[in-house]
Amino acid sequence: MQPSLSPRSPMLTVGDFRGNPRRMRRERTMRVLLFGAAATSIVVSALIIGTLFTEAWQFLRELSDTIGLGALIDSGEAPGWYPRQGRFDIPTIVIGTLIVSMVSVAVSAPLGLGAAVYLSEYAGPRARKWLKPMLEVLAGIPSVVFGFFALRVLGPDLIQPLFGTTQPTSLLVTGVAIGILVTPLMASISEDALSSVPSLLREASVGLGARKSTTTLKVVLPAAVSGIVAALIISVSRAIGETMVAALASGRLGSAPRELDPREPGLPMTSAMAQLAQGSDQLVGIGPAFQSLFFVGAVLFVMTLALNILADRVVARVRNKY
Amino acid sequence: MAVTSSIRESSASVVRASLTGGKRDVKGMVFATMLLLCLLTAMFTLTVLLWDVIAQAIPVFQKRGTGFLTSELASSPDKAGVSQGIWGSLVIAAFVVIIAFPVGIAAGVYLEEYAKPTKLTAFIQLNIRNLAGVPSVVFGILGLVVFVQAFEPITGGRSVIAAGVTLALLVLPIIIITTAESIRAVPNGLREAGFGVGGTRWETTRDHVLPYAAPGILTGTMLAVARALGEAAPLLLIGAITGRLASPPGQTLLEQLQGKFTAMPIIIFGWANEVNKPGKVTGLTFEDLNSAAIVVLLVMVLVLNAAAILLRNRFEKRRQS
Repeated sequence: MQPSLSPRSPMLTVGDFRGNPRRMRRERTMRVLLFGAAATSIVVSALIIGTLFTEAWQFLRELSDTIGLGALIDSGEAPGWYPRQGRFDIPTIVIGTLIVSMVSVAVSAPLGLGAAVYLSEYAGPRARKWLKPMLEVLAGIPSVVFGFFALRVLGPDLIQPLFGTTQPTSLLVTGVAIGILVTPLMASISEDALSSVPSLLREASVGLGARKSTTTLKVVLPAAVSGIVAALIISVSRAIGETMVAALASGRLGSAPRELDPREPGLPMTSAMAQLAQGSDQLVGIGPAFQSLFFVGAVLFVMTLALNILADRVVARVRNKY
Repeated sequence: MAVTSSIRESSASVVRASLTGGKRDVKGMVFATMLLLCLLTAMFTLTVLLWDVIAQAIPVFQKRGTGFLTSELASSPDKAGVSQGIWGSLVIAAFVVIIAFPVGIAAGVYLEEYAKPTKLTAFIQLNIRNLAGVPSVVFGILGLVVFVQAFEPITGGRSVIAAGVTLALLVLPIIIITTAESIRAVPNGLREAGFGVGGTRWETTRDHVLPYAAPGILTGTMLAVARALGEAAPLLLIGAITGRLASPPGQTLLEQLQGKFTAMPIIIFGWANEVNKPGKVTGLTFEDLNSAAIVVLLVMVLVLNAAAILLRNRFEKRRQS
């Protein structure tokens, strides 16, 4: 209160708007705390990138000091991934991963997109009320369970008789199992894209006399195409990173020859990592075989990050459109 | 109401019939059926999976009873059980609740209520979206290098503490994203009312925004815990035990937390690789045991999932009315 003011004229001063100092202090503390929580995510990312690339760099240095970087691309008669023999043929495991992710997309793209179109365009509210939660239950099943299922049922009972594979485990089985695993993800992202298409477009099309299927195929799907592409990219990224199914159903333990046939057993990157980590109960950091784990991890990280950023760009374009 | 809708439907069908000349839209029906088949294929797989696992698990529960749940890992399928896996998974879930819930929700609140649209904010958001897409096995490397090796004095090396912290970080982006989404759905009028009566931003958030967004946040967090319970890949890298695990009696809680550990998904992975020889006493194989272990894990995961879905559906209904 200013002393010059007479008590009879109650005027408001700047001080009255300053607020209770205790509350203001609380407000500032909370802001700092909340910002700290948000910044944690950056710390986590920095830690991931830091550890991955320092350890991967160490592996490369160790390799060039001992047997030379040529070990990363095996040029021998029968190239392959044999970490314990000092043969780290990266193409072997990258090809394994690519085959598995292509098979999985061939499964998840039609199933997921079909399910999304049905849920968004055809299903009535009552059907949707039952079907959507079931899809979510499928999405909630842990991947190790899918791995066991692929190993026990999908491989020997479906894929082997159908495609005549030599063994119940193969890259094909892995891909199919991961495809089913990824289907709910594909469906849910595509459905978001489809339902964000303004219904005015549908009404205009139907008003012109188009059939429902024509409206869906020629109007709704093209309008949602960016979202669907994003869903595809994210599905691929997820399939590349999926570990447990690959570790259980791809059929190779720790080492593999370079394999181009999906019907044969192979070794995707994630499976190689799981087995490097598991098979060597030796002390961490001994020998380039164990250290190669970090290099493979770094390659995997770069691949998925590139896909995720790409998907993010595509999604941003959709958001700008509507 | 039923009458008007049936009238509307019948008049619609009359109009449709006159438009199509009374012909049936065969192509359209085939198309719709194919779409439904896509959905049903996914459902069918789910049913076969569940049926197969449950059918094989029943004899285990019949012959072993609760002994399967209370006995420890062993090399004979007559004796092996999942008690250590249940303990490990519950501890991991506790770590997720203790670490990832507060940090994740706080981060979500910051991004939606406090952050100004600066470059830093955009970077944090981009970073979180990308973090959510990092494969779980890569988080395992983080856990191995940082929590197993660098923080060994605290975590005890290949321990359930290292696993719990790693999985908490793994689900953190999911919690942040779902929290931010539910907070974004809170009507602005609520905030304006809070500010209007002189509340600070934090008071408004705490007393009005968060309670309104609570069901959505809770749904997201439950799904995150379910995800952490089923995650196996990072635990393999951290060094969960797949074979035999002796837990000496008389350990303190800290010793247990810092010692060797296993978890439900890791047991399933380990048993899937076991030799399929039936036990002498019960005649059960590790494959049978594994089906039972899967049932245990699925009960844990699906109960959380179902609760989350129910909660969300109920909440959506309430908001609509």
